[in-house]
Amino acid sequence: MQSLLMKIMISSFLLVGWSLPAWALDGDAQRGEAAAAVCSACHQADGSGQNIPDGESWPRLAGMNADYLYKQVKDFQAGTRVNASMQPFAQMLTDQQLRDVAVYYSQLPVTPAAGGETASEEDLAWGEKLATRGDWERYIVPCSSCHGPGNQGAGQHFPGIAGQHAGYLAQQLRAWQNGDRDNDPQHLMAAIAERMNERDIQAVSAWLAQQPAN
Amino acid sequence: MFRKITQPLGAVVLVSLLALPVKAEDQPLRFPVEIPGPQPGQLVHTPPTMEDLEASNLHPELKRTIRRGYDLFMNTQQLRGENVFNDMNCKSCHMGEGRLPFAAPVWRAAVVLPNFRPKNQHVNNLEERIAGCFSFSMNGTPPEYGSDNMVALAAYHRWLARGVPIYQLGNYYGRGYPIDEPEEEPSYTRGEALYEENCAICHASDGSGLRVDGQAHFPAVWGDLSYNWGAGIIRRFTLAGFIRNNMPLGQPYSMSVQESWDIAEYINSHERPQDPRYTGDVGETRERYYETFHRHGYYGTEQQGQLLGDHDNVGEKDFLRPWNLRPRTYE
Repeated sequence: MQSLLMKIMISSFLLVGWSLPAWALDGDAQRGEAAAAVCSACHQADGSGQNIPDGESWPRLAGMNADYLYKQVKDFQAGTRVNASMQPFAQMLTDQQLRDVAVYYSQLPVTPAAGGETASEEDLAWGEKLATRGDWERYIVPCSSCHGPGNQGAGQHFPGIAGQHAGYLAQQLRAWQNGDRDNDPQHLMAAIAERMNERDIQAVSAWLAQQPAN
Repeated sequence: MFRKITQPLGAVVLVSLLALPVKAEDQPLRFPVEIPGPQPGQLVHTPPTMEDLEASNLHPELKRTIRRGYDLFMNTQQLRGENVFNDMNCKSCHMGEGRLPFAAPVWRAAVVLPNFRPKNQHVNNLEERIAGCFSFSMNGTPPEYGSDNMVALAAYHRWLARGVPIYQLGNYYGRGYPIDEPEEEPSYTRGEALYEENCAICHASDGSGLRVDGQAHFPAVWGDLSYNWGAGIIRRFTLAGFIRNNMPLGQPYSMSVQESWDIAEYINSHERPQDPRYTGDVGETRERYYETFHRHGYYGTEQQGQLLGDHDNVGEKDFLRPWNLRPRTYE
């Protein structure tokens, strides 16, 4: 039997849910700014992250889809996405703080990406082909077929990858290849990543990093 | 590139279009793509690429026209409101730039037409065949025959057929979306669960697909922004075959034959814009095109308590029947 309290809680939940657009994560950017202090050591106060050649790059969070960011940290908390640097920090936030932080970063202006500056013209052209046209001979579908027009993201499941640091993009593609990252819905990304070779990864990461994020 | 297969080949031979990689460390792939190989006697063609076009010695003006055709094929939404009135592009059904086997590669139309077409009971040439897609799959109206856009689209098809002898009305490898019959009667209920699990992430639980900044991204699979009741893919075997050979994106053949039929059963039991051949009566329209078309679909039948197609909804366009749907009698 439902208690009165439970009934009230359910009704309030329905009311709140009703008043929000379906895609909006229930978070508060102002509270998120305060809670994001723990994130800024790596992801920086402006959410720009950092491209670190020959090291571990930290992704730009500024301007990313809030639901996507939220889901990723939830996955870190649950252990379905694993990263040694991120692991301790992911555990520091409550669910509400996590929502707040995700909304906060999603509303920050996009910052420039770095990496891939030394890529040759030929590699950039190959990266552009993979990102926009794919290589169907190897059943590598174009990145944009999921990641949206201009690879700037499509909904909560397909994050923007244009204007992301090349080092981070390449790291993630390799992580999918070797199974270190395995939290993509229906393995849509894993299936593509494992068909790519190192040249593909470097070329597409370099090209994407140079494209506008919005 | 064109060749006729005379020797039996293994079931999973990968011809050059399909040569798939093995990871550097020679680990087996977790998500291999095992596209069926050609059968003895089949005609195998690997269409040229856009890079081949640039490298060719075709006239610059012809190259420009084919590039335009390619661009229209890949981004048909640029004709939105003029010729296209839903969220589809040519590439939505004809995947891999119209070149991929078992994704209804389009070059075949350039070498077997003109030919008699049961769907409209007369001889169609390439332009009229392309026009059919605009009328049904795009829920729209085609560019005029001989217009810049129609010539460009036809030129792209013809380019993809480079090297194929014309009028070999034979057995082409990779044609259409072939699928075996299901073992069990397709099930709406199973299809619904499978759709939620495998399709809804892109095509949405309500079938409306996904739009990004107001632009079509993942196509709608039912409803006002999807193909209409006259599109070939409302036929259960066509949609089941499309799914089996091509979906989810990047994981063809991951849905079993039965699952593909079940999902098709579910999707094609939903409403969509009216068949442009509608006579004003859904029963009469179903009857008129029953043998050649509607016997394979649910138009004019009751599904989930609803008589499908019993409405005047034409979707986003403001007309029912485009100009090209007319008999050709030579009288």
